[in-house]
Formats: sequence, C-alpha cells, structure tokens
Amino acid sequence: MEIQKNHSAYLDPILERHAHRATDLLQILRAAQEHFGWLHPEAIDHLTRRLGVPRAKIEGMASFYAFLHLQPAGRYRVLFSDNITDRMLGSAALRERMCRNLWIEPGKVSEDGLVSVDTTSCTGMCDQGPALLVNGMAVTRLDAQRVDAICDLIRNQAPLAAWPTEYFRVVDNIRRSDLLLNPGFIPGAALTAARQRGGQGLLHEIKASGLRGRGGAGFATAAKWEACRDAAGEAHYVVCNADEGEPGTFKDRVLLARHADEVFEGMTLCAYVIGARKGLLYLRGEYRYLLDHLDRMLARRRENHLLGASILGQPGFDFDIEIHVGAGAYICGEESALIESLEGKRGTPRNRPPYPVTHGYLDQPTAVNNVETFVATCHIALAGGAWYAGIGAAQSSGTKLLSVSGDCARPGIYEYPFGISVRQVLDDCGAADTQAVQVGGPSGTTLATHEFDRLIAFEDVPTAGAFMVFDIRRDMFEVARNFVHFFAHESCGFCTPCRVGTSLLRNLMDKLHNGQGSPHDFHEIEKLDRILLSASHCGLGHTACNPVLDTIAKFRPAYELRLQQRRFVPAFDLDRSLQTARQMTGRDDGATHLHDEGSVR
Amino acid sequence: MSKTFTLDDKRIPFEDGQTILQAALAASVYIPHLCYHPDLEPHGSCKLCTVKVGGRQTAACTLRAAEGMAVESDTGEINAQRLALVQMLFVEGNHFCPSCEQSGDCRLQATAYQLGMLSPHFDHFFPNRPVDASHPDFLLDFNRCILCSLCVRASREVDGKNVFALAGRGLKTHLIVNAPSGKLGDTDFGGADKAAHVCPVGVILPKRRGFAVPIGERTFDKSSIADYVASRHGKRGGEK
Ligand SMILES: Cc1cc2nc3c(=O)[nH]c(=O)nc-3n(C[C@H](O)[C@H](O)[C@H](O)COP(=O)(O)O)c2cc1C
Ligand code: SF4
Ligand code: SF4
Ligand code: FES
Repeated sequence: MEIQKNHSAYLDPILERHAHRATDLLQILRAAQEHFGWLHPEAIDHLTRRLGVPRAKIEGMASFYAFLHLQPAGRYRVLFSDNITDRMLGSAALRERMCRNLWIEPGKVSEDGLVSVDTTSCTGMCDQGPALLVNGMAVTRLDAQRVDAICDLIRNQAPLAAWPTEYFRVVDNIRRSDLLLNPGFIPGAALTAARQRGGQGLLHEIKASGLRGRGGAGFATAAKWEACRDAAGEAHYVVCNADEGEPGTFKDRVLLARHADEVFEGMTLCAYVIGARKGLLYLRGEYRYLLDHLDRMLARRRENHLLGASILGQPGFDFDIEIHVGAGAYICGEESALIESLEGKRGTPRNRPPYPVTHGYLDQPTAVNNVETFVATCHIALAGGAWYAGIGAAQSSGTKLLSVSGDCARPGIYEYPFGISVRQVLDDCGAADTQAVQVGGPSGTTLATHEFDRLIAFEDVPTAGAFMVFDIRRDMFEVARNFVHFFAHESCGFCTPCRVGTSLLRNLMDKLHNGQGSPHDFHEIEKLDRILLSASHCGLGHTACNPVLDTIAKFRPAYELRLQQRRFVPAFDLDRSLQTARQMTGRDDGATHLHDEGSVR
Repeated sequence: MSKTFTLDDKRIPFEDGQTILQAALAASVYIPHLCYHPDLEPHGSCKLCTVKVGGRQTAACTLRAAEGMAVESDTGEINAQRLALVQMLFVEGNHFCPSCEQSGDCRLQATAYQLGMLSPHFDHFFPNRPVDASHPDFLLDFNRCILCSLCVRASREVDGKNVFALAGRGLKTHLIVNAPSGKLGDTDFGGADKAAHVCPVGVILPKRRGFAVPIGERTFDKSSIADYVASRHGKRGGEK
C-alpha cells in the first residue's frame, strides 16, 4: 500500500471541518483513518503539530478503541459479531470458513495486506445474525453461501459500494408497537406543545409522568433535567447516549432508523428546559451505517426550523445537534466515559462526584439520556404527564422496548407497557422449551423457568432492553463464559480489580471449559466475583460477575459437569503446550505425553 | 473546632476539600495506597485505598471527607480485598523482586508485606514487555509497571512535558513514551523531572546506580510502609 508523503492533503480538510478542536480528536482520527484504513505514524505527526496534542496522547487514545488502527489492518477489515446469539446461529463456523477460504489466521492480516478477519463484541444485529462488520459497515444474515460470496468479493478487491446492497440491509423487525413505535408523530408537534407550556411547564409534565431513564439505571429524567438546568456553567449541553453496547440490545438502532425525529425532538425539548445551545449524539461505531440517514434528518429539521437559530421562530431558542461516532468500546456507554470520549480522550469513567449534570462535557452542566428516554419525552410533551403516568407499572410508568433474540420464532422489537411478564414475552415471540432468559444483557439478570412470572419493571426485573432466550439445548455455562469473555475484552483497564479481575475470571471459566476445573476454582470464581462487585470503579466491573453468579445459583449442574477434578489441577497444561513443538519438529514421541492419573481427558 | 470524621476508632480532623486519604495521612494514619501522591491530582485507579463508608466501598483518595462520616478501613474484610488487589498487580506484570534494583524501596513490595502477602496466589499472565534502555541516564523496565499513572501525571502536571501516556485497553493497557520511536532516549526526559522520582515500583530507574544501598538497609527494610508513610505525612496526631 502506498502511503502519501504529504498527509496534509487529506488531513487538513478534516482538521478544518473540526475547526482544529483537539476535543474532536476521536472524530478526526475516525475520518483520517477512512483514508488508508489505518493511521500512519506520519499522519499522527501531522496531527500532533496541527492540534498541539502530544503524540503519545494521540496514540494512547487511538489504541483504546477497537476500530482505530495504528498498524495496517488490511484493506478489508472483517469483524464477526461474537455475541452469544451470533454464536448460537453458527458464527464461529462461518468465521472459520472465511479464514480457511482466504487462507488467513484469525486476528492476523494476510501477507499481501488485503484482509484481516477477527471478532468484535455484539454488533446489535442479534435479530438478524450472524452478523459481521466489514470496514465498519454491518453485514447481516450470514450463511455459508454469503460468506463464500464475500470471500470472492474480497479476493477480487471489489469496493464495498459494488457489493450487493442486500448484504447491508438491516430490517427493523418491529413485532409489537405501542406508543413509541406507533407511526404518526408530526415533527415539531412536541416542541409546539412544549412552547405553549413553557420550560417549567414541560418539566412539570415530565415530573408528573414519572419517566425514568431507559439506559439502565432508571434515574428520574425530570430530576436530572432540573438539576442540570439549575447548575451554574458557561454553557449547558444535551447528550444522547446512542452507544447501545450491551450485547443483545438493538432497540436504539430501530428508534434511530425509524423515529429519529422523535430522538432529535426529545433532545431539543431537553435543550429548551435546561437552556442548552448544543447537543451531541454519541452513535456507536457499529451503527456507522445510520450516519447518512441521521445527517439527512438533521438537515431536514434545520430546513423546517426545528433546529438551528430561532427554533419555531422563537428568538433566542437556538439549538443544534452534532453526531459523534464511537469506535468500538462498550465502556463508552457509561455516561462519564462517553463524555471523555466526546472530548477526544480514552473512554475511562471519571471519578464521581461530581456528576455530569454539574460537570459534564467540557466540564459544563450536561444532561445525558438514552435514545428511548428522549423519544418518550416527546409523547409526554404532546399528551401530558398524567396520561403517561397511567401507563405501565407503579414505579415504572410508560412503555419499554425489548430487543428479543435467541431461541424464538420471531426475534425483533417488542414494545410493552411496563409490568409485562417474562412468560408473556416468551409466548409472543414464539419461544419453546425455554430454560433461561437473559434480561438486560450480560450485566443484567439470568432468569430460570421458575421465574418466568416475574415482571419487566424497575421494581422487579429492570432492563435496558435486552431479552435473550435460551432453550433447553443450550449450555448455560457456555453462555456465562461468553459473557465473561465480553467483559474481559471490554474492561477499560483503568482500575485494578476489573482490569485484572475480569481476565482472571475469563481464564478460570476457560479452565473449567477445558475440563481442568476443581472445587478450588469454584471458590476462586466466587472470590473474584466479590472483589469485582465491591472494589471496581464503575458499573462494568460491578456487574461483570452477574452472569456467573446467576448461572452458578440457577444452573449449578452446568458447572458441576465441569468440576471433573477432585483435586486442584493447574491451568497450565504441559501436554497442550508441547503441541506446537511437536508440530514444528514433526516428532511425536510417546514418552513426551504426560498423563497423570488424576486428569480425565 | 475543626470538622472531623471517624476512621475505624479514630477521630480524624479535616479541612474542606480534603479527601479521606489526605486527612488520614495528615493525621498520621495509614491507609494503603499506590496511585496517590500528595503533589499530584488523585486518580483513583489502584483501589488499594478502598474503604467502606455507609456500607459502600469507595476509594479514599478521591472521596472528599465530610463531617461525621464513619469510615471503615483497617478491617479483616477490607484488608483481605486489598491483599487480593496487590496479588493481582503482581501477576499482571513480571515482578522478580530478588533481582530488582528497587527491592526494599518498592511500594508494591512493601504494601504486600504490610498486608501479609505470602504468595501471588493467582496464575501469572507473564506479559511480554521489552525494556527500554535508550536513555543515557534512565532505564525503563515496563515489566514492573502497575499502571498507576503517577509518571504520566507528574510529567504533565509538574514537568509540563507529557513524556508518558497510557495506551491500550483492558489487560492490554500499557505505558508508552512520547516519541515517534517510542523510546525514552528520544524525549526531553531528564533526571530533574518530577516524573523521574514518582514511580512506586522499579520501572523508571537511574542507570549506573546498582545496589548503592545494600539490601537490608533500604527504606522498607527499616520500617514498615505504614510507619514510614505515617511519619512522613503526619503533621498532627489523630485523636482517639
Ligand atoms: C458499562 C456501562 C455501559 C452503559 N451503556 C449504556 C448504553 O449503551 N446506553 C445507554 O443509554 N446507557 C448506558 N449506560 C448507562 C449510562 O451510564 C447512563 O446511566 C444513561 O445513559 C443515562 O440515560 P437515562 O437516564 O436516559 O437512562 C451504561 C452504563 C454502564 C455502567
Ligand atoms: S470497572 Fe472496569 S470498566 Fe470500569 S473503570 Fe474499572 S477497569 Fe474500567
Ligand atoms: S512507570 Fe511507574 S509511575 Fe509510571 S505508571 Fe508504571 S508504575 Fe506507575
Ligand atoms: S490510592 Fe486510591 S485508588 Fe489508588
């Protein structure tokens, strides 16, 4: 690959577009990378000079994000989604097939620099998997045929634009609609209603609605907006969290694809209440394919005076929205890490307090809300808080979007009033012989059959929306092991307990998987669980042990099956370690096989 | 009357804005810590200073003290957890104490002794971390890095140089040096830098100064880290 000596030719326009703001570094690097597929050291030099940011800081930042490359990563960069639902649909075999087909090792770039094939955390296509990303664009519904065709396209070096568009088609799969998903929203209607009530009046309605955040924690939205409005600062900001990184969740994807007007209008309502002039939507890198559509929606809203200066003709009501695209880091869904990422830094969670409502983006008061939360505020602005409060459960008003995937006939998006039972959802999606449901993703709760009458609600089983179904064919230990791998891969590495603990946990689960588990390892897992839960810096570490704790409690036989060793066996397996040497030397002496009596193979 | 909070069975006075750890150290009470340095902004990453406040665990180096707070620190439960954290740091890197120049002056080692560590307990990761000997006066042995970012902060906040930065993510997090070559010899790093003197372990070491102080007579050979830290920081005694 030829690298231009003169990097300024493509970098300067990008820098210009971002007004040389070092805080836009992540966006600048993303754009810069689109040029060669990786970030050349001389490009970093140029950025260092122009932005006045030390190169170690740029490299330190870039190396944090899975989708940024400081080394050549192949002209075609293929990443298979590695969520358990993709695996259940056969993704591992398809990945192997592609590697074999292209003569490459997983995770390594082919010698001619053409292609690399690796895995990535859930890409949010669980309802139409197995899925992959190629150069950041989502390809859905993989099967052997499609994989083979993709190999041909890659070998023939066909540009992505020339690939069949069908490959990139993402369907919405809306299976049950209620107030958020029903069509008929008129852009500007919620803003008009809000203006009649005034900022305080709107806040009052949202308070009366009892709306709680849909991103997971369930914080009261009105309290957040009020605290943000009342916080002193030079500027206030609205941030929409569209990072949707929790494996098994894809409802924000559908809201952004179908109801972007409500998302942007909800952000504008928030701006109206808190007095913000600027809003940022943080779109997960996996949803890059939605960017053009979202930009068009923003442009249309500007034309219709629903964004920009003097919104709805009201002097002084100025607000606009910018989209920032993430780059492959689940932790950036945590609101303070998200803000760090918006500021062009490594996505590590901040120390709290202070909280974003007083010290958020650029240290200014910032209201961060989930996509679905913003959509809900539009309907409250239109129909009032009392109406909304009458829907759903006592402490969970309104409706909830569930992303249903896994072993069921009809995966997709289901919108229910809060308080729906797990059993009802299973019936509706056509699940049979279900043994478990993972509600809320890996960080959520594993429910067994005796719990299927429990209710989806903050007061019972809270969820940000993931609902993964496992039937009796599935091995719940392997499900937990997949989740533990996810957390180890996504730990930001800031704090000791999670940085080291999630990897130790992963290794222990692998040890059990390899048949080397003993009761000792079981105790070790429980010990790690406790440390992660109590000493971690943020929610990722706190919840990383949930899938293991839940499955140990509810699916213990799946673990006991693995505790084949009565006495402790080290994870280090001399026999396996000698395998490479045997292959390399072509020698396989019987005497070098070590089978001690205790081990079962 | 100054404000106070309780730390285990002691009353600790504090000034507004002080963290629990700062107030405790000022009162000559030791709370284990590795990523905190009195001259630098708190970071809150090693979690050694974890204490319990109102039933919840939190880092003492970042939480501001408040009147009447009841803080638990020196308990069996919390110390067991701290021990596990130190063990995690040992297995994460490559620490061969007997051959390390920092042995006896190392805060990781001293904290391990303080917490009664007898073995690393967990399986070693044995990462591959090459040494950087490019600088004329300093050696970087990344094998021992515990990612506390003290050098990063010192270089940025005090030296105004940004010689160091953290890179990578998760267990692949590592320290990098600010030069196109990635080598310390190609930076403006110098012995007068604050960053040259804050590393709690044996990563940033002066060259040509092998074993000037014999083993057995080094800082933490002579006193425990608890006594050492308490005597160095303490301005006034904690009141029972
Ligand atoms: C590890 C982690 C990941 C998170 N990921 C997301 C996410 O992808 N989307 C989201 O809206 N909230 C996510 N959150 C929650 C956010 O921190 C925050 O609470 C939320 O965006 C607030 O919006 P809400 O009040 O509307 O729910 C995450 C939290 C943690 C700890
Ligand atoms: S708990 Fe994990 S993700 Fe959160 S700060 Fe610590 S290392 Fe990072
Ligand atoms: S080199 Fe030393 S001071 Fe710097 S991060 Fe590593 S352990 Fe901390
Ligand atoms: S000293 Fe408090 S977290 Fe490291």
